[in-house]
Amino acid sequence: MSNMVQAIRMALHVGEERHGVTDVFGEDVGPPLGGAFTATQGLKTAWNSPLDERGVVGTSIGLGLAGCRNVAEIQFCDYAFNTIDLLKLAGMQHWVSNGDWNCPITIMTPVGSGIRGSIYHSHSFDATATHIPGFKIAVPSTPRDAYGLLLSCIVDPNPCFFLVPKALMRVRSLPGEEIPGEPDDDRKLSKMIDAPLGERSNWKPQWPDTPDHFVPFGEGRTVRPGRDLTVVSYGRTLPLCVKAAESLAPEGIDAEVIDLRSLYPYDWERIAQSVRRTGRVLYVNEDTEITNFGEHLIRRTVEELFYELAAPPRLLAGAHLPGIGLADSLEMASVPQLPSITESIRSLAKVEP
Amino acid sequence: MSTSLRPVRTPPASELSPDLLLQMHSLMVKARVLEERLIQMYKQGDGYFWIGGPGEEAFNVPLGLLIHKGQGPQYDYCHFHYRQSGTLLAMGTDPVDAMRQMKNTATDPYSGGRNFVGHFSIREWNVVPVSSPIEVQYSMAPGTAIANKRAGGRGITIVTGGDAGTAEGDFSTCLIWSSRPANPLPILMIVTNNKWGISTHYQGQHGEKRISDRGKAFGIESKTIDGNDPEVAYRELSAAMEYVRTERKPFLLEAVVSRLYGHSSASGANRLNDEADCIVGFERRLEERGLLTRQQMDGLRATFAAELLAAHKQVKEEPQPDPKSIHDHVFSERDLVRGDS
Repeated sequence: MSNMVQAIRMALHVGEERHGVTDVFGEDVGPPLGGAFTATQGLKTAWNSPLDERGVVGTSIGLGLAGCRNVAEIQFCDYAFNTIDLLKLAGMQHWVSNGDWNCPITIMTPVGSGIRGSIYHSHSFDATATHIPGFKIAVPSTPRDAYGLLLSCIVDPNPCFFLVPKALMRVRSLPGEEIPGEPDDDRKLSKMIDAPLGERSNWKPQWPDTPDHFVPFGEGRTVRPGRDLTVVSYGRTLPLCVKAAESLAPEGIDAEVIDLRSLYPYDWERIAQSVRRTGRVLYVNEDTEITNFGEHLIRRTVEELFYELAAPPRLLAGAHLPGIGLADSLEMASVPQLPSITESIRSLAKVEP
Repeated sequence: MSTSLRPVRTPPASELSPDLLLQMHSLMVKARVLEERLIQMYKQGDGYFWIGGPGEEAFNVPLGLLIHKGQGPQYDYCHFHYRQSGTLLAMGTDPVDAMRQMKNTATDPYSGGRNFVGHFSIREWNVVPVSSPIEVQYSMAPGTAIANKRAGGRGITIVTGGDAGTAEGDFSTCLIWSSRPANPLPILMIVTNNKWGISTHYQGQHGEKRISDRGKAFGIESKTIDGNDPEVAYRELSAAMEYVRTERKPFLLEAVVSRLYGHSSASGANRLNDEADCIVGFERRLEERGLLTRQQMDGLRATFAAELLAAHKQVKEEPQPDPKSIHDHVFSERDLVRGDS
């Protein structure tokens, strides 16, 4: 059973073999390293770029305009902030040309906290990404969704962000959530597609025969059905929300958990149907709380579902700080963790109208 | 990549035929009259903003004539900036379309009334959308150049910008990415040096002797030319393009040009008399060689002026974009650049 990094690698391989991916590139993306998180090992179109994020994004746009489907990696989203104007341009090529051009590119970048990455390996990018119209935005929380969302990004004729929660890179699929065609045995899969340590210049991966599997944009997933309230999350905080919901069941609190999976387009219908039933909703993500994507969802909740609410909608997000401090105590206090998510669900469930 | 700068062959002046000289002259005059009409449109309230390239015709027209235009990586990709109406006219556009963009009409074929004048976009000819941020096109150029090189033909990527923009990191990006030993790229990098960045003069901002010298550190063939002489520009562009097409390596060409109406309408768009006018110099030469008389040249200008005045009147009557269209084309349903129709 694969972890998320292996799932990404397999999707990129399928993209190369069957969906016309011509270039997977970025800093340290090609051999020998195959990506800072090893997500691009063994890929035939992977190559190393100069240490130049603007060049990475600009070249991705140029390749896309020339009809070359490509996946460009920014090694950490923290280093994408100097490319915002180029990302804006990628997002507008179709619109500004009044429908003449399109730009089929995928910008892949690890996001969020969870590896004690200090200030510049812990930033989130979801709020920024949702401020760049023209992009579709995917955020997986399981290996199978990573596989299916990345393939959807690759075949889409528009620019796509594939935001990878770095805290979940090594998390394995739960039973029943395998990628079709992958070996059951972790060690067997590792031998097939993980590059050996040290000298690897003659290494060739043995790719398992995994079929196309697309997770469509705008289709969330109800990970845990529940009666009393709705929790909407994505990325690193999603599995924590599920865990918190499970832990509250013995207290008689039955929380529904929705994994949004894509932030644009997003599955409003799924959220609305759930909230109409439960009357209570908590949005959870770890980006800074001011002008947060969850605030947009609260705005729609208030405007469209106000008279069906039993409690004020809530947002649990990262503190409005310039960065996330290195010390464990600082990171834990800066972004939502299991205790704060559990307490937020509990208190929302207890609000009396 | 060679680290020594090999001389690039420059064909002698006699190789340019009288027909070509007359064609270039006609296009230069048409481009100038178009820019002057666009400025008039701005001053008469038929457009919110003007920016363009009056003064750069002697360089921009030969460039347009030499581009291998077409769609896809076998042809040249064009990453232009916003001073190149002369190039687009020489490629074969109808000047009325620039006026439509000036008046932001629904009929504007480049952006449907969404973008400023001079912000061309023609997928059929590989002209990628011109954007207002300075120099970003230099970061995109390596991408199309990779596609050109992979396609294996003679198609190249051409990127243009001004002198002030070379201070942006994107200019360095293009120098670095086009000269990587792992994959040198067929990019013709053009800097039209008008010696100004809006109101800031070149001399106070550039420590390098010539902008083209920056290519030397990367082993990139480089040259600075007189962009106000259309014969020099044609010959030098021919030679530089031939080098890029055959060697599949980059070339940095700096062309010294004039800026005859200032930066844009934001600085008044009034005629400045302290800059050399490339059309005046070229017309003197054509007269001396007996190729055209003053009367013929005046007649040509008057004809274009009348045509474009009529086009101005026509464009004024054309519809503005439907406000309901703002949401059109945010996302594409089709992969147009990969052949979907």
